[in-house]
Amino acid sequence: MARAVGRRRPSGAPGHRRQGRAAYVFLSPWLLGLALVTAVPLGASLYLAFTDYNILSTPRFTGFANFERMLGDDRFWAAASVTARYVFISVPLQLAFALLLAVVLDRGLRGLAFYRGAFYLPSLLGASVAVAILWREAFGHNGLVNSVLGWVGIEGQSWLQNPATALSTLIVLNVWTFGSPMVIFLAGLRQVPEELYEAARVDGASWYRRFRHITVPMLTPIIFFNLILQTIGAFQTFTQAHIISGGTGGPVDSTLFYTLYVYQQGFKSFDMGYASALAWVLLLVIGGVTALHFFLSKYWVFYGDD
Amino acid sequence: MANATPTADARRPLRRRRRPPSTLIRHGVLLLFLIVMVYPLVWMAVSAFKPAHLILTDPGLVSDEYTFENFRDGWHALNQPFSGFFLNSLAVTVGSIVGNLFSCSLAAYALARLDFRGKRLFFAITLVSVMLPMHVLIIPQYIFFSQLGWVNTYLPLLIPKFLATDAFFVFLMVQFIRGIPRDLDRAAAIDGAGPFRVFWHIIFPLMRPALVTTTIFTFIWTWNDFFTPLIYLTSTDMYTVPVALNSMVSSESQQGIGMLFAMSLLSLAPVLAFFVFAQRYLIRGVATTGLK
Repeated sequence: MARAVGRRRPSGAPGHRRQGRAAYVFLSPWLLGLALVTAVPLGASLYLAFTDYNILSTPRFTGFANFERMLGDDRFWAAASVTARYVFISVPLQLAFALLLAVVLDRGLRGLAFYRGAFYLPSLLGASVAVAILWREAFGHNGLVNSVLGWVGIEGQSWLQNPATALSTLIVLNVWTFGSPMVIFLAGLRQVPEELYEAARVDGASWYRRFRHITVPMLTPIIFFNLILQTIGAFQTFTQAHIISGGTGGPVDSTLFYTLYVYQQGFKSFDMGYASALAWVLLLVIGGVTALHFFLSKYWVFYGDD
Repeated sequence: MANATPTADARRPLRRRRRPPSTLIRHGVLLLFLIVMVYPLVWMAVSAFKPAHLILTDPGLVSDEYTFENFRDGWHALNQPFSGFFLNSLAVTVGSIVGNLFSCSLAAYALARLDFRGKRLFFAITLVSVMLPMHVLIIPQYIFFSQLGWVNTYLPLLIPKFLATDAFFVFLMVQFIRGIPRDLDRAAAIDGAGPFRVFWHIIFPLMRPALVTTTIFTFIWTWNDFFTPLIYLTSTDMYTVPVALNSMVSSESQQGIGMLFAMSLLSLAPVLAFFVFAQRYLIRGVATTGLK
């Protein structure tokens, strides 16, 4: 049937061509945006990465000089290390909380909508300047955290002035926003067939074994989805680090997130060639980590159909 | 889904009868956890109404004195009242919403319904560009916009929205349109409607849930956005609320914490309003697409 229609009206026929033309009209804002806001800047930043450019003069091609400079740049390594620790500590913790609370909430508990909403609230606010300000004050020397610790007899400290603890306050902030992956887990848990749990219960499987051998395997595609999404997002954290440290990344570069360093180089020192090179390294690292996750997913993600 | 509901209903009374203590414990743990999570926000809200010298000495929720001083002082803390920053934020946010609704729905309709060359490639590009970090693009974009003389205007914040660069929403809408029965398009086409009329009279009105989700998330993201306005807006009178808050932080003193909290609280108010009145849409948006 479809073929007969196709033969009567090959792709060059007026109706089809009209649809094609209409499609490009519909797509014209998107195409323009793709070209001017995405593709051309992407190419331009790749070119700038190989130049010395301070916005006032014309870019001067310098080969791999920017990348060689990175190897000897202590602040680059500091930024890479801060960001790596942040991503690889906060994302697993955040997802663990999200999964745990989703499981606790799932099994027919009353007040699900209330809990779900309340736990989700921090995700909505977490990226705002206002909450970063709140964090800055709560972890300050006389802030909320030290007061509460004082009640239970623990001597507080200057969390933000101490290079050993400054990053952990931001890790706590990211873990605090576990609500959005939790909502996604809850949606996924509804798809797990109840028969599996019934069968396991008949066989006398404990709560932990049901969690370990039914819930987790059935949820692996969603764990994977959340992992990719949150990892990509965490690599790009900027606002919180900027507010907490007043834009410096201090103390002693302990909150110098990678994006903050790119911003400092590009828009404070106007060293735009070097900043472009830094940004491309970030892109390649995010791409590499994502590709690695996809490769490793073969070994632990379980899709119902295989 | 249809056969999952009866099992769930059958399970519930059985469990409640059998294990009430564990349910109580679960509620207790959840509530405790909730209090720890929400307490900082409540602390900020209450502190905004306390005299500055009490905020850091007394972290409790009940105070002897309440005052609106923080709001009054904070409103005028910068060399321009906060009303200006709120209006700026509102203008940018409303513009972004209009831009996203317009450009993303057009692109999504073409990608979901029309036949043309390069369709699969374009859809793949949409997916990939969702993951592209903006820091790779921001430097050339800045150079480009500054050559157009657009620095310290809202154009660099708004024009990209009218060009469907928030690929996430294109993706969201494509998925939604695919769920609308094609019979409706075909019936209209038989009656002689072209693609434009099909879009405008059939698809666009039926897309309402996707448009609502797009509106809410565009609002929250744009309202909270700090990085882009920080880069493009250079004079105080152009600042949006987050950038204004940032400059309050920079000039902060011990006295300033009350003002900071008061203005921070006000800046969160619209987002909290969406949370209260549109939670259904927020949760559904997150559950189906993984939006933040």
